[in-house]
Amino acid sequence: MLADKDRIFTNLYGFQDWGLKAAQQRGDWDDTKSLIARGHDNIIEEVKASGLRGRGGAGFPTGLKWSFMPKESKDGRPSFLVINADESEPGSCKDREIIRHDPHKLIEGALVAGYAMRARAAYIYIRGEYIREAETLQAAIDEAYDAGLIGKNASKSGYDFDVFLHRGAGAYICGEETAMIESLEGKKGQPRLKPPFPAGAGLYGCPTTVNNVESIAVVPTILRRGASWFASFGRENNKGTKLFQISGHVNKPCVVEEALSIPFSELIEKHCGGIIGGKDNLLAVIPGGSSVPLVPAEQIWDAPMDFDGLKDLGSGLGTAGVIVMDKSTDIVRAISRLSYFYKHESCGQCTPCREGTGWMWRMMERLRTGDAAIEEIDMLQQVTKQVEGHTICALGDAAAWPIQGLIRHFRPELERRIEEHNAKFAPDTLEAAE
Amino acid sequence: MADRNPAPDTPELRERWGAFEFNESYRERADKAIARYPEGRQRSAVMPLLDLAQRQVGEETNTQGWLPLPVIEYVADYLDMPVIRVLEVASFYFMYNMKPVGKYHVQVCGTTPCMLRGSDGLFETCKKRGMKKGHVSEDGLWTLTEVECMGNCATAPMVQINDDNYEDLTPERLDTILDALAKGEQPKAGTQEPGRHTSEPANALSSLEAMVEENHDYRSEWS
Repeated sequence: MLADKDRIFTNLYGFQDWGLKAAQQRGDWDDTKSLIARGHDNIIEEVKASGLRGRGGAGFPTGLKWSFMPKESKDGRPSFLVINADESEPGSCKDREIIRHDPHKLIEGALVAGYAMRARAAYIYIRGEYIREAETLQAAIDEAYDAGLIGKNASKSGYDFDVFLHRGAGAYICGEETAMIESLEGKKGQPRLKPPFPAGAGLYGCPTTVNNVESIAVVPTILRRGASWFASFGRENNKGTKLFQISGHVNKPCVVEEALSIPFSELIEKHCGGIIGGKDNLLAVIPGGSSVPLVPAEQIWDAPMDFDGLKDLGSGLGTAGVIVMDKSTDIVRAISRLSYFYKHESCGQCTPCREGTGWMWRMMERLRTGDAAIEEIDMLQQVTKQVEGHTICALGDAAAWPIQGLIRHFRPELERRIEEHNAKFAPDTLEAAE
Repeated sequence: MADRNPAPDTPELRERWGAFEFNESYRERADKAIARYPEGRQRSAVMPLLDLAQRQVGEETNTQGWLPLPVIEYVADYLDMPVIRVLEVASFYFMYNMKPVGKYHVQVCGTTPCMLRGSDGLFETCKKRGMKKGHVSEDGLWTLTEVECMGNCATAPMVQINDDNYEDLTPERLDTILDALAKGEQPKAGTQEPGRHTSEPANALSSLEAMVEENHDYRSEWS
C-alpha cells in the first residue's frame, strides 16, 4: 500500500483548511520561482521522464502533449492552457476533491505547466454543477493573485501568467477538448473536427493544450520530488500515483490515492471494506468510468489497475472511476441506464450518435424486459459497430462500448430474459389461458 | 439529446420580463465575468451571464430562477450578440431552466452509480410528497428533475437542491432534508452519513490519518 508520505493529495478528504496559508504549510507554493527557473524545456523533459500519462481518461503522455506547443509565436498569437475540470463521467469524482480540498495544488500546477508550454494564461473549465467547488476555487485563485503567486511577475519568476475560472452549465460533452474550447468561446459545446489540433489552433484560434485537473495538479510535486520518485510507482508504461474512485456495491465507497497497477482485490480490501456480501458476491466491475466495457468478477479480481492491465481485459482505466456491481444488480438495467445517459448527453452534431444513442437505449430497454427476439442481440451489436468510430468525437464510441461489453460477457443473461418473456406468449400458454 | 424549447413568447411574458435588466450587484458581477476574456471576445461570457440572469430572475420570483425570452434577449444585447446565438446556448446547456421552476429545484441523480446505491428510493420519496418530474408543485416549493451523473459517486446516492449537494442519502434522510427546507431552514449540506467527513471510507479511514488532527506536513518524511 502507498505510504502516506508518498501521497500527493494530502488534504484529499478536507480534514484541514484548503486556504493558502494551510496549503503552504503542507508544502504548496514552496519556492515556485526555483521550479520555473529550471526553464521551459527542462520541466517538459522532467514530466516526460516521470512517465505521467493524462489522468482524464485517454492516458496520453502529458510531457509529450506539452512538447507539441510552439516554442515561439511567429505571428503574435498567444498560447493557452485549458484545464479540464468538467468532470462528468459517471463514476468519476476525483477532480472535485482536488478542487474543494487542495485547490492550490491545481493553481500552482497551472502556473508551472503553463510556463513550461509557454502559455499566456490558463482557463479552468469547471462543470456547472460544481457550484460550491467553483466558489472555493475562485477564492483560492483570488488568494493566489493577492499574494503575487500568479498574475504579473508570478511568484517573482519574471513570468506573467493569469488563471481564469470558467463555469460550464451542465453538458457532459464539454469534457471533450474541442467541445470545451467551443464552449469557452461562448458557443454550444459541439466538438470540432481535427485537424487542426488544438496545439495548432485551439482557443480563439491560438495554440492550446487541454489537460485534466489531476494531470496538472501533480506536476509541482513531481518536480519537487523528481521524475524518478514518481516513476518508482506502478508498472512499466503505467507510472505514478492515481486517484481511484470506488462507487457502487462496496462496503466503504471512497476516493483514494494509490500507486497505479495496484491489484483490484487490494484496492477493494484495503480501502473499501470489501465487496458487499463478500468476494463471491461480486458480479462485474466497470473499472474506468461509464465509457469503458465492464469486466466480469473472475477476470477483474487479480487484475492490475492500470492502463495496460485493463486494456488486456478488453476494458480500460479511463478516469479510474471504479463502479462495482454485486450479484443483486440488474446488469442489463445498469448498462441501459448508461445508454440513457449517452442519449441525454449526445450533442446532436453527428447523425450516427444523435440517432444511434436513442436507438441503442430503446433497444436496451427492450432487452431489459426481454421484449425482443434473439436475433436482435446481434443487430444491436452491429449497430454499436456502426456508431463506433463514425463520429467526430469519442462520445459515439463511449456509448457503444458498455453495450458491447454487456453482450460479450452477459449474452446468456440477455437470451434468458428473452426466452422467459416470450414463453409467456407461446402458443401453448395462450391456449391454456383460453 | 435533451429536447428543450423556450417558454412561449406571450404578451404576458413580455409584460412581466420585457423591462428586465441586471441590478447593480449583478451588473458588477457580469462586468467582472466579461473582463476574464480577451478584448473582443466578450461573447465568451455568455455562459456566466446567463447564469447570473437566471439567478436574478430567481431572486425576483423567489425560485431557483429561469430564462424567459426577454431575459435572453437582454443578455444578447448586453454582449452585442445575435439573439439566436444566445438562445442556442441557453437551450443546449441543461442547467439553464427554460421554464419556471419551484423555490427548490430538487435534482436527483439517477445515473448508474447512484442507481446502484438506491436512487430509486429517493425518487419514491419525492413522488410520495407529490413531486412530479418536470413540474412545479402546487405550493410553488418544489420542482423535481432527474439529472445525470453529478460527480459525487463515492458518496452516492445524492441530490442537488439549488446550490447545495446532499450526499449518502436514504429515503428517510432525504425526507428530513426536504422537511427542513419546507420549514425555511438550511440543512447541513454534504454527506449525511453519521461520522463521515467527505469522501473517505466512512468511519474506517485507510490513509492520511495524521491529517485528521493536524495540518500535517509530510515533507520531513520524504527521502
